[in-house]
Amino acid sequence: MSDLALWGLFLAVGLGTFAMRLSFVELYGRLRIPALLSRALLYVPASVLAALVLPAVVYPNGQGEFVLSNPQIPAAILAAWVAWQTRNTVLTLAVGMGALWLFRFFGL
Amino acid sequence: MPYRTGREAFMQGVRALLPLIPGVIPFGLLTGVMAINMGMSPGTTMGMTLLFYSGSAQMVALQLLHTGVVPLAIVVTALVINLRFIMYSASLAPHLHHLPRRWTWPLSYMLSDQSYALSTLKLSSGELGPFAHYYYAGTAFSMWLSWQLSVLAGIYLGASIPETWSLSFAIPLSFLALLVPGIRSKPSLAAAVVGGLLAVFAVDMPYNLGLVTASIGGVIAGVVTESLRKRPLADAMIHDVERETP
Repeated sequence: MSDLALWGLFLAVGLGTFAMRLSFVELYGRLRIPALLSRALLYVPASVLAALVLPAVVYPNGQGEFVLSNPQIPAAILAAWVAWQTRNTVLTLAVGMGALWLFRFFGL
Repeated sequence: MPYRTGREAFMQGVRALLPLIPGVIPFGLLTGVMAINMGMSPGTTMGMTLLFYSGSAQMVALQLLHTGVVPLAIVVTALVINLRFIMYSASLAPHLHHLPRRWTWPLSYMLSDQSYALSTLKLSSGELGPFAHYYYAGTAFSMWLSWQLSVLAGIYLGASIPETWSLSFAIPLSFLALLVPGIRSKPSLAAAVVGGLLAVFAVDMPYNLGLVTASIGGVIAGVVTESLRKRPLADAMIHDVERETP
């Protein structure tokens, strides 16, 4: 991607994010979220994050081809278990990366 | 306890944020390292960090740039990730809207999950007194500074990390670390399961539409599960029948 396109992308995300952060503070009393939308917004993080994680783990090469010997899958399962038990970001990252290196080393 | 001066409130806000910094630093480091490993220059990386000021959206954008997704889809996905800020904005608005723009614009730009979580209950209870917005400003500014500095540190670390460490796996791992503790109910579990599975099966859709489709599917699954749990099926049917007979 060209530098110009990259900066355009950053600017678009930056301005859009700023607009969302400012939205209700600026338009207080003139803006209302529909009830269904505010219920739906609750499930955006879980849905989007899962939709990002699963393909990135299952398809290590970025394309949609399934690889049978993929150490990322057991490593991610282990990391998910650690995240569930400890809710600790650093530990989750450390265990996940450690498991990936270990599985790769033993050729699993 | 109401604060007597703005300065006191600001410093209390800073102090409240300090314990969260150890959790912020690794994310910032990782973001800086990833950007440099993908061939971005330090200037571009810091520009991106200043414009986004959103770790998860930045990671998402990096991941999608890495897989070569079209720019428009990257912008849409990053903004969808940040939709939660609309809710935060709505929740803080009653306590900030009366301030002049030289306050509200910087404070809105610095709105983050952490500063929101620390301030929202204290602001709405009114316990902080007339200088409450200084408390929020303290949490927001110290969070902003910790984030920018940890990304900067990651940029200088990034150049020294070899490719064989397969550090790109750290991105999905960091999403996993955000995702798993956030699943607190059956509806959010349904949203995650449906969103994740749809994304795996829809990965070949063009223009990264698979991600958008999967996200919408997951959200619908969450809302539907929530409705099913709130109203047992029999109740819902009686209710609907009643509504149909005028």
